[in-house]
Amino acid sequence: MMRKILAPLLTLAALAAGAAPAHADSGWSLLNMPQGVTAMSRQIYGLHMLMFWMCTAIALVVFSVMAYSIFTFRKSRGAVPDTSMVHSTTVEIIWTLVPIAILVATAVPAATTLIKTEDLRNSQLTVRVTAYQWGWNYEYLNSGVSFFSRLDRASDAARQLGSGVDVTTIPHYLLNVDNPLVVPVGTKVRLLITANDVIHSWWVPQFGVKKDAIPGFVNEAWFNVDADKPGLYRGNCAELCGRDHGFMPIVVDARPKEDFQSWLKAEQLQQHPPEASAPASAPAAAAP
Amino acid sequence: MAQAHAPDTSHYYVPHASHWPIIGSVALFSIMLGTVTFFNGWAGPWTLVPGLALIACTFFGWFYSVVGENQQGIYNTRVDRSFRMGMMWFIFSEVMFFAAFFGALFYARVFATAWLGGRSVHIFSNLMLWPHYDGTWPTNGPGHVGGHADGTFETVPAFGLPAINTLILLTSGVTVTIAHHALRAGKRGVLALFLALTFILGFSFVALQAHEYGEAYRELGLKLSTGIYGSTFFMLTGFHGLHVTIGAIMLTVVWLRVLRGHFSPEKHFAFEAVAWYWHFVDVVWLGLFVFVYWL
Amino acid sequence: MAHNDHAATAHDHDAHDHKPHGWRRWVYATNHKDIGTMYLVFAGISFFIGGAMAMLIRLELFKPGMQFLDPQFFNSMTTMHALEMIFGAVMPAWTGLANWMIPMQVGAPDMALPRLNNFSFWILPFAFTLLLATLFVPGGGPAGGWTMYPPLMLQGGAAFPMTIFAIHMMGISSILGAINVVVTIMNLRAPGMTLLRMPLFVWTWLITAYLLIAVMPVLAGAVTMLLTDHFFGTTFFTAAGGGDPVMFQHIFWFFGHPEVYILILPAFGVVSEIIPTFSRKPLFGYEAMVYATASIAFLSFIVWAHHMFTVGMPLAGQLFFMLSTMLIAIPTGVKVFNWTATMYRGSLTFEPPMLFALSFLFLFTIGGFSGLMLAIVPADYQYQDTYFVVAHFHYVLVPGAVFAIMAAIYYWLPKWTGNMYDQTLAKWHFWLSTIFVNVLFFPQHFLGLAGMPRRIPDYAVQFTDWNMVSSLGGFAFGLTQLLFPYIVWKCVRGGARIGNRAWEGAHGLEWELPSPPPFHSWTDPPSDALIQRGAAH
Ligand code: HEA
Ligand code: HEA
Ligand code: CUA
Ligand SMILES: [Cu+2]
Repeated sequence: MMRKILAPLLTLAALAAGAAPAHADSGWSLLNMPQGVTAMSRQIYGLHMLMFWMCTAIALVVFSVMAYSIFTFRKSRGAVPDTSMVHSTTVEIIWTLVPIAILVATAVPAATTLIKTEDLRNSQLTVRVTAYQWGWNYEYLNSGVSFFSRLDRASDAARQLGSGVDVTTIPHYLLNVDNPLVVPVGTKVRLLITANDVIHSWWVPQFGVKKDAIPGFVNEAWFNVDADKPGLYRGNCAELCGRDHGFMPIVVDARPKEDFQSWLKAEQLQQHPPEASAPASAPAAAAP
Repeated sequence: MAQAHAPDTSHYYVPHASHWPIIGSVALFSIMLGTVTFFNGWAGPWTLVPGLALIACTFFGWFYSVVGENQQGIYNTRVDRSFRMGMMWFIFSEVMFFAAFFGALFYARVFATAWLGGRSVHIFSNLMLWPHYDGTWPTNGPGHVGGHADGTFETVPAFGLPAINTLILLTSGVTVTIAHHALRAGKRGVLALFLALTFILGFSFVALQAHEYGEAYRELGLKLSTGIYGSTFFMLTGFHGLHVTIGAIMLTVVWLRVLRGHFSPEKHFAFEAVAWYWHFVDVVWLGLFVFVYWL
Repeated sequence: MAHNDHAATAHDHDAHDHKPHGWRRWVYATNHKDIGTMYLVFAGISFFIGGAMAMLIRLELFKPGMQFLDPQFFNSMTTMHALEMIFGAVMPAWTGLANWMIPMQVGAPDMALPRLNNFSFWILPFAFTLLLATLFVPGGGPAGGWTMYPPLMLQGGAAFPMTIFAIHMMGISSILGAINVVVTIMNLRAPGMTLLRMPLFVWTWLITAYLLIAVMPVLAGAVTMLLTDHFFGTTFFTAAGGGDPVMFQHIFWFFGHPEVYILILPAFGVVSEIIPTFSRKPLFGYEAMVYATASIAFLSFIVWAHHMFTVGMPLAGQLFFMLSTMLIAIPTGVKVFNWTATMYRGSLTFEPPMLFALSFLFLFTIGGFSGLMLAIVPADYQYQDTYFVVAHFHYVLVPGAVFAIMAAIYYWLPKWTGNMYDQTLAKWHFWLSTIFVNVLFFPQHFLGLAGMPRRIPDYAVQFTDWNMVSSLGGFAFGLTQLLFPYIVWKCVRGGARIGNRAWEGAHGLEWELPSPPPFHSWTDPPSDALIQRGAAH
């Protein structure tokens, strides 16, 4: 019985030990938290693994004592109960103090990491994120650029009840949007997050950022993508927000600084043309 | 039924089958159902009537049978103690119910409105969403919800009616205590008199509250829908008023029982239960007076 | 049930007792055993209804793409599954066990307030009728999650007031039930049954009852505010009016966290009864167990915001709630260690109750560890609202609370009926449950860590494999549960008669009574000698 119960735990331990690559494609190897592409997300990952190994260690100790008792002190093996063994203040004290020590030891790194995540000073780019049922609006403060970001058409068509589409053929099914949030790498980006209707939550695992979008209030969050890791990073709305909560993904397009600047320029021109000659189609600024 | 032969108080009295609880559950269900149909606009408020009528019957019938058993003297002191404990814990649960609304009041005052006013971690909530809102209490929020046409409203000054009401309730607390002492001393006349005084004071408190509500709605622009101030004000005072009414009714019932010669100097659980309830209502009011009206 | 009542009355030596028969016996019931039985049957039904809803959830999540359910309906399944299981299955099951056992264990003739007891029970069927009826009203059932966060909850249609009034009724029911338990324990203990001689099931239930009386009214207040915000224009949870949607979360979790301990404390009690019995050795550190329970209950009032680490609380708040939450590991640890020490140098046998208790011991601890990981705020930014959380709470709720309930029933069923049940079948029930509950919930850890959010009807394709495993485990676990009512039914019908003491190592007053016990348990209080013999420490 022991083995049966411990088996899954041990597999997890074993598998996590060979820390599965964050963006592994095969489902079976998706077992652990991604390390992510920001200093913060890596710290969080470290904290997560610290807790994981600590718990595994304690579990191994506690479970092996249990297992030992279960196997050794069986009536069938003629074990006679030691009914005099009813309490012992010393052991009670020991197994109160040891856990306290362990917890203090973990609380320290946890607290320091937490304080870092809450440090929003000197950010270099600020984006206002407004969630609505069911999509996102991104507004680059004092650059006049803003646009909506929703589930891409392919996924949206495929996810309809009985659409008959084989969703495995859809690239990044449910994790793709029409207009991703574009940010520069190696830059401290601050998000000012709010919502129009109900509570949503902006979450990109690779950044270790999750903040609720609360109507009537503005929450702050920040991330700083490694300069050497441009790319597309995907996440979901992480707070139940009604019918299509499962269908409001987030995609962040992290680009080298100069690419980002040129993109921003282009967007500005497109959304606020110098003359009245506004281009008919403004894909990036597609209305909701 | 056990009541038939001479009551045996050596054993803890375990009542035999009773139909009142199930009738009570049905009544409760009918009330809820009625409210739902009304709130969902499926029918008018009359849908509440059957439930309320039935619950009234339940209370009457249930307590009537309990009082009957009690008068036959089949309740030993242990049963009596069960009733007391039960009542105390029931009152405690009531306290926690009010705690939820006091909690809402404190949270709204200390955190929510302050944050909307841009304090603590929420500067941007103020700058981006609610500029020019300072979040000072009393408030109906940055959106100036409810109130007069221009979104303003006044509050009920603590040292007008509310102060008088405080006096009324405190006095009623004294009168009920005097009544209790009279009961213990077997002075039935004094008992009846001061008990009557108590529920008269109680009902006049309710009357004055009703008057105050009228003014709030007509002159002050202070309504249930007047932002967070109106919400907390009316929910707290409203639920309290409801409890005063219930308490006053219970006092009246006890008074009628006194007139019928119920209660002995030693055993008078119902009286004490109602007295406790009355003191609880009293204390809640003090909290209201200080945190809702005064500060 | 009909057969059970036959069993319960068989040995009815209670002279001055003419109890009604037929339907009146149940509808007008004032007897703690009859009411306990009704609670347990009700809990069983709710467990199957809530479980069937879970099966629909697992069915839709078997593979990516929307197969069967409309998203809104899926959300209402999630919501009602939770409400059914928590308020309909686990809480009534514990109250049923309290009804059956507490009077027997403290040497009382019955519950202290029998009519109130009947009232508390009969509110429930009506409450759940109201809740389930929402499935048939325009707009469908409540779909805001069992946490009912505004503003989403306020978007609810006709189901909205029905859900809230259903919750009001459940609240009234459990408050009155809890009052009854407290009064019974405090006032009806036999002379000589001192507080520190009480069995731990009684202790844990006493503390649970205090928790219930303290927090159910707070839930009532919270949902009442939702109601007035929706219908009467109050603005408790609307920023424009000076309110705050997050305020609801604070009030809800002030109830919600103690609630989860309400679900688990009686389980601790049951396990503390069963492990000593089958270790043939007194519970190790009885007093420490009592104090640990009390401190868990106390701490449960100051940790609520650990459910809200992503709402943007001030740093100080996050730190406080992280640390206070971690503290709970200590008294809980004390319990785990004491149970282990009880088995150490014991003489163990593995009848079904013991097997379920052991399974609880391992799997609850695993659930507790994941809970501790969730308490670490920065890490919780990644875990929050993912399947990692779903895995956590199912480990503490299913192999935690539910297994403990099954252990309790397998432990006391022979006492209730006078018959021994089919132990081989019960062991099958145990092994299949224990294996499949892990197949069902362990992969959900992986899914959550890999980034699968909870409360979604459809998911990205890379989550397919583990979801399939979880669903298969779910179906298997579900089917396994069908054994349970069969085993119980068979035992009620008949079986090997047992004496007063169903288990060799069993201690406690309930085992001094005949099996099945008389209609009124201890019309004459047990002698001090009996109590001494019962209190095995
Ligand atoms: C029976 C119910 C139950 C129990 C007992 C617990 C127990 C615990 N829970 Fe859990 N929890 C839930 C039910 C429960 N929980 C539910 C239902 C939710 C989700 C609600 C929702 O959102 O829908 C939830 C969610 C939840 C969250 C929020 C997650 C999120 O939404 O982001 C957190 C965060 O801190 C948490 C923490 C804990 C902790 C620290 C414990 C501790 O009590 C665990 C203590 C036990 C141990 C630690 C193991 C034994 C100890 C030892 C062997 C000693 C040595 C150990 C150490 C020193 C580490 N729980
Ligand atoms: C005590 C509480 C309790 C219990 C016992 C369970 C038991 C189960 N739970 Fe539940 N669950 C919760 C409390 C509980 N849950 C809560 C609080 C939530 C959060 C809700 C929210 O997010 O708001 C939740 C959410 C939840 C989810 C996430 C839904 C989502 O996020 O969208 C899932 C998904 O797998 C799930 C699955 C299960 C399963 C498979 C079981 C199984 O253990 C059930 C097994 C029982 C049966 C199956 C019934 C018996 C058998 C039959 C009815 C016969 C028919 C069977 C077949 C045809 C196979 N639960
Ligand atoms: Cu938006 Cu969930
Ligand atoms: Cu909690």
